[in-house]
Amino acid sequence: MFPSRSIFAAASLAFAASGAQAQISDGVVKIGVLTDMSSLYADITGPGSTVAARMAIADFPAKGVKVELLSADHLNKPDVGSSIARQWYDVDKVDVIVDVPTSSIALAINQITREKGKAFLVSGAATSDLTGKACSPNTIHWTYDTWMLANGTGNAIVKTGGDSWYFITADYAFGLALERDTEAVVLKNGGKVLGKVRHPLNAQDFSSFLLQAQASKAKIIGLANAGGDTTNSIKQAAEFGIVKGGQSLAGMLVFLSDIHGLGLDKAQGLIFTETFYWDLNDQTRAFAKRFAAANGGKYPTMVQAGVYSAITHYLKAVTALKGDDGTKVIAKMKELPTDDPLFGKGTVRADGRKLHPAYLVEVKKPSESKGPYDYYKIRATIPADQAFRPMSEGGCSLVK
Amino acid sequence: MAAVPELAPRAASRADGLAHQRIATAVMIAFFALAPLVLYPVFLMKVMCFALFACAFNLLIGYGGLLSFGHAMFLGTAGYASAHAAKVWGFPPEFAILFGTACSALLGLVTGLLAIRRQGIYFAMITLALAQMMYFFYLQAPFTGGEDGIQAVPRGKLFGLLDLNSVWAMYALVFAVFVGGFLLIHRTVHSPFGQVLKAIRENEARALSLGYDVNRYKLLAYVLSGTLAGLAGATKVLVFELASLTDVHWTMSGEVVLMVLLGGLGTVFGPVVGALIIISMENYLAQIGSWVTVVQGVIFVICVLTFRRGVVGELGRLIGKPL
Amino acid sequence: MEIFGVPTQALFGQLLIGLINGSFYALLSLGLAVIFGLLNIINFTHGAQYMMGAFCAYFLLSKLGVGYWWALAITPLVVGAIGMVIERLMLARLYKLDHLYGLLLTFGLALIIQGLFRNEYGTSGIPYALPQELSGGRNLGFMFLPNYRAWVILASLVVCLATWFVIEKTKLGSYLRAATENPQLVQAFGINVPRMITLTYGFGVALAAFAGVMAAPIYQVNPLMGADLIIVVFAVVVIGGMGSIMGSIVTGFALGLIEGLTKVFYPEASNTVIFIIMAIVLMIKPAGLFGTQR
Repeated sequence: MFPSRSIFAAASLAFAASGAQAQISDGVVKIGVLTDMSSLYADITGPGSTVAARMAIADFPAKGVKVELLSADHLNKPDVGSSIARQWYDVDKVDVIVDVPTSSIALAINQITREKGKAFLVSGAATSDLTGKACSPNTIHWTYDTWMLANGTGNAIVKTGGDSWYFITADYAFGLALERDTEAVVLKNGGKVLGKVRHPLNAQDFSSFLLQAQASKAKIIGLANAGGDTTNSIKQAAEFGIVKGGQSLAGMLVFLSDIHGLGLDKAQGLIFTETFYWDLNDQTRAFAKRFAAANGGKYPTMVQAGVYSAITHYLKAVTALKGDDGTKVIAKMKELPTDDPLFGKGTVRADGRKLHPAYLVEVKKPSESKGPYDYYKIRATIPADQAFRPMSEGGCSLVK
Repeated sequence: MAAVPELAPRAASRADGLAHQRIATAVMIAFFALAPLVLYPVFLMKVMCFALFACAFNLLIGYGGLLSFGHAMFLGTAGYASAHAAKVWGFPPEFAILFGTACSALLGLVTGLLAIRRQGIYFAMITLALAQMMYFFYLQAPFTGGEDGIQAVPRGKLFGLLDLNSVWAMYALVFAVFVGGFLLIHRTVHSPFGQVLKAIRENEARALSLGYDVNRYKLLAYVLSGTLAGLAGATKVLVFELASLTDVHWTMSGEVVLMVLLGGLGTVFGPVVGALIIISMENYLAQIGSWVTVVQGVIFVICVLTFRRGVVGELGRLIGKPL
Repeated sequence: MEIFGVPTQALFGQLLIGLINGSFYALLSLGLAVIFGLLNIINFTHGAQYMMGAFCAYFLLSKLGVGYWWALAITPLVVGAIGMVIERLMLARLYKLDHLYGLLLTFGLALIIQGLFRNEYGTSGIPYALPQELSGGRNLGFMFLPNYRAWVILASLVVCLATWFVIEKTKLGSYLRAATENPQLVQAFGINVPRMITLTYGFGVALAAFAGVMAAPIYQVNPLMGADLIIVVFAVVVIGGMGSIMGSIVTGFALGLIEGLTKVFYPEASNTVIFIIMAIVLMIKPAGLFGTQR
């Protein structure tokens, strides 16, 4: 009776059996992309993540490994997400789950994956607890995390002169964590925090908070929120002439799709950190073109790029290991250095943290943009060894 | 004022009606006892928890005539309470569930005292307002973990003996809770208390003139409904090892209304069938895209316009006996 | 967090902002109050209709190049017409039943409409430009007031008062009020009651759509923009008194002010304060502050 799901048999691969198949469970490597297809994060991950996954499987050089792809929508609900994960692991024999935006769902799946000895590659979720107190030998945290965001954006901005801050924070765990981490960075670099205001999650109207931020005369207004709250804050900030009045907005969690939704005239001047941008080099540009063609013209966000990169490395490890046992593959992935056209060369640490450089970007003015999705100027590059929290500070039990 | 006029098809002759219901009960129990051999047990456990939730809700609207638009607060409160008890205080599962249920009962008493004095739409709006307040409270209270929820709730050992980490043991517990809750509701409905409740639903003024303390009966029904909804929530949290905001969001209140409406308001088995259909649909559709809300909306509309008796109600009408 | 003893300048700024938000609440609750007060229908679809208004304005601009001012006139007509179709085809069948069925139907419709739009447009939101004539703002000394927001207050007041006037003070309005009290009698007088009901529902929906167009330039146009708003608007209507037009208008503006104040002193509660007030009002005076018991 079990729910059908979309199965995309990999574009690759001969079935060359032999020893290569021997330790691969059921003879097939099953990858499950679990994401948010219909609510808050649909544009940041969603169907685009499935596209990226398919591309990664197709691009992977044929080495006698049969790969299948499943995808599902967790509706942004932890119970739906954990149900699907359990079912995938127990009934459908999925070997690895990829993506999973929304930290609470990722944490739940982190737990389930560990119990069942499978593998989990997180691209969408942000919580740095995944490589901290919730770290697991079955999980790798790919694309980004809250620490990197706070540190990258906070550090870089203070160093370039933005030394007085005012926070507009979404009053829930994630927003508070972002605010706390960023504040720590600002203070460490000699900056000042002139004030903060907490707004309820999904507030429609930010005018009164922006007014307070304006009155504080802080050079930087830090938006410790995400999704619709961020885009609304930015849009209304433009209305109140905040950027024109000389203050700058720092988004703590902003994606390419958010900028696309806002439009450059509202978003111009916004500063934030990402780990991938399609216009970085020829390889990323080529990828973006292929991706857009398969994704209705939308360019890849860093989360979607992360899915591609994670699956590429996963398949590399599976081939090297000749098996797909979750714990072993993750260990192999930490052993092997990573190299893909999107993130370049990198490594995976013992605590499950993938390392790659981060980029401080600023949104272009409308006059500076030459076409759709041409939105960012790269202000600074943060090298991989500085972009993420030092392993010793995480509190991960895997790290001795 | 009759809140839902066409429900609870009049019981035919007592002997006949009950025999049919007994058969149906046996079928239902057999289904849930045997299905895990074929279907995915975790899915079935989810269905049972929601079925209990829906039955509890149905008690209030089907028999009490009160539409509560905030029932999620019971599901969620018990969930958070028992998750916290199990994880942070280390309660064994039976006490965690009891504790969660007790919290919901208390919430039912407090909110009931506030809400019961009003009827119909006002009652629905008050319950909605109260549920929203609980939602915002849980959103910010540190112990709930906000958006993250309470993760990794340990299942523990039931009575110190049965390790609930085994799927079968957990299933047995959920099954027992569900059947127990269901039978309790059934018993309540067919008791003198249940009769008075029906009388109040049909004609409150007359019941009042007969000397019944109408408000007290309604309050009792409300608290009972909330308590059982809490029982469902507390159990569900142990199944999934997770307590989250979804359980207190107003869309959850809407979903339980949908389950009961679809299954059949005021029927005995309607809520169970409704829960089964809705949960299956969510599971099925979640895999192929984002059409779940649209489909739920369509079902709502169709049910309200042309299918007011719901699946079980129509079935009951077909065979001429109340189900 | 917040400092006590907020300087009066800042306070005025916040109150003014509160007034602006109150305008939206008033406009939206006006539509709901009209529909409930006169028709006894609980229109849960109101939030979705507000959203359709915003999207309609967006379509007019992006597909037909029709600007904001025209959108203000056209959108209410279009969305109102859709509302009337809904009323004729579906709601009319439920009048004989308990009002709660109307609530459930409109709830289901809201799910459908929001779901469809979301499937098509995602949730990031779509930008809608501020009309040229209203961009920029004035520095009032205690705050910078964007012109558009001032316009919102003005337009809202005008529309609200005009509606109130029509319903309470004109012959048409009195027919309407009579028709809801005693439809058979009024019909016996030769007035086409079903048609009046349809038109009234359409009018209420048009008000929601009008609010949507007004919201488009400042809040992101996205499929879920009405979803959480609808509950707040309900609370406003309940507090104001479910049948009372003036009640909704006054409560809408008042709530905006109260919310503004809460945001200054205790922002985390700004979402909850409305429900607390609603629960209290329902306890003490269930018909609402200005309402009459039905």
